Amino acid sequence: MTRRRLARFSRTERTVHWVHASAFLILLATGLALYLPSLSELVGRRPLLKSIHVYTALAWLVALVLVVVLGDRRSLRATLREVDQFDRDDRAWLRRRHPPQGRLNAGQKVNAILTAVLALLFLVTGVLLWYGERDTRFRFAQTILIHDWVTYVSLVLFLGHLYLSVIHPRTRHALSGMTRGWVYEDWAREHHAKWAAVARGAGDEP
Amino acid sequence: MTTDDADARPYGRRAFLGLLAAGLTSFAWAGPASRIFAPVTSQFSQLAGDLLPVGGWRIYTISGSMPLFDRDTWRLEIGGLVRKPQRLTYDDLLALPRAHQISTFHCVTGWTVHDVRWAGVRLNHLLERAEPLPSARAIRFVSLEQPYTDSLTLPQAALPDVMLAYEMDGKPLTRAHGSPARVVIPEMYGYKGVKWLTRMELVASQPTGYWEGLGYDQNAWVGRSNGRD
Repeated sequence: MTRRRLARFSRTERTVHWVHASAFLILLATGLALYLPSLSELVGRRPLLKSIHVYTALAWLVALVLVVVLGDRRSLRATLREVDQFDRDDRAWLRRRHPPQGRLNAGQKVNAILTAVLALLFLVTGVLLWYGERDTRFRFAQTILIHDWVTYVSLVLFLGHLYLSVIHPRTRHALSGMTRGWVYEDWAREHHAKWAAVARGAGDEP
Repeated sequence: MTTDDADARPYGRRAFLGLLAAGLTSFAWAGPASRIFAPVTSQFSQLAGDLLPVGGWRIYTISGSMPLFDRDTWRLEIGGLVRKPQRLTYDDLLALPRAHQISTFHCVTGWTVHDVRWAGVRLNHLLERAEPLPSARAIRFVSLEQPYTDSLTLPQAALPDVMLAYEMDGKPLTRAHGSPARVVIPEMYGYKGVKWLTRMELVASQPTGYWEGLGYDQNAWVGRSNGRD
C-alpha cells in the first residue's frame, strides 16, 4: 500500500528548531557541569566550560539572526501568526477535549510560546551574569536565581517535549515532520485533521 | 491554516507578553519570594542535595582543574613579616586548638548557603606561632590554585568567626570545597575565603588579589560592597 505524505515543516522552520535544540543541549550540558558540584569536580576545566557556554549562546543568537535574514521569512511569519491565533477548537483542546486540530495543536502552540519566553529570559539573565562580572552596576542578587529557575522550567518542558516526540507511540511520528519535513497523511488525519484536509502533498511512499 | 478567523483570538501574543513580563518583573519579586518559600525550598534542596550533591553550593574555579590534596606533601607555610616562619603539616594543623562555628556563606553572585557547620583553627593560633613583626598589617593568602590569592587586614582576620576551616558539615573538606583547608570569613563574600590554602604571608600593606584585580572590592562586606551599598 502506498502512503501519502504531507509537507509539515518548511526547511526554515526546521532550521530554527534544530538551531534552538542543539544550542539548548550544549548550554544545558555545560550549564549543569558549571552548576552541580559533583559534576564540576568530575569534569574540572571550569574556564573552558564557561567559554563554551558563553560562545554557544552567542552562536545561537547569530544563527537565529542568519536564519531570519537568509531563510524563508514568509513561512516564519505564517508560523508566528499560527502560534498567535487560538480558535474555538484550540481553546476546547486546552480544556482537555479533542476537537480536530490545525497543523499545530493548542499544546504545541503553548510549547512554542513558552520556549520563546524562556529563551528570552535565559538571554536577559545570561547577558547580565556575563556583563555583571565586568561592571558591578549590572550585578543583581536575583539574576542567578532567575537563570536557575528558568533552567528548571525549561528542563520540565524539554522532558515532556522529548517524551511526546520520541517515546510516546501515538505522537512520536511527529518527529518525522521536524527531521524530514513530512508526515504520513493517515497520521495527520488523526492528529491534525483540519490541516490534513488542506495540506500540500509531499509525494507518496515509493 | 484552517483557522476560522471569526472565532480566532490572539491569545498567543498575550500569553507571550504576559509570561515575559512575569519573568522580567521577577527581578523585583524573586528575592522576597525566595525568602518566603525558603523553608520549603531548603527542604527541597536538602532532598536534592542527598540525591545530587548540590546543597545550594556552586563551585567556582579559575584554572583548568582543581588542586589535589596530598596529605604527605601538603604544607601550610606562614612567612613574610614574621619572627618564626612556619611550615605545618596537615597533622600539625589538626593538632592546633579546634574551633567550631555555624555560619552563613554569601557569594557575591547572589546565592547563599545557610547554617554551614565549619570546624578548623582560629587564625590567631596560627599567627601566635609565627609571631608577626610590628610592621605586618595584612595577611596574603595563597591558593594551590594558581594564580588565586586574596588578603585580609589583621583586624579583619581577628574577627571572632574568621577561621581556617578543615571540616565542613562534619566531614573533612572535600576537594571541591578547597581541601585540605580554606579561609572562612562569614562577614564577607566568598571570594575572600581562599580555598586550597598553601601559604599565608604577612605583609605591610594589602596587595591586590585575583578578583580585586578584576574589579571586585577589597573589603567585600556582605550587603555593603560590590555595588550593593
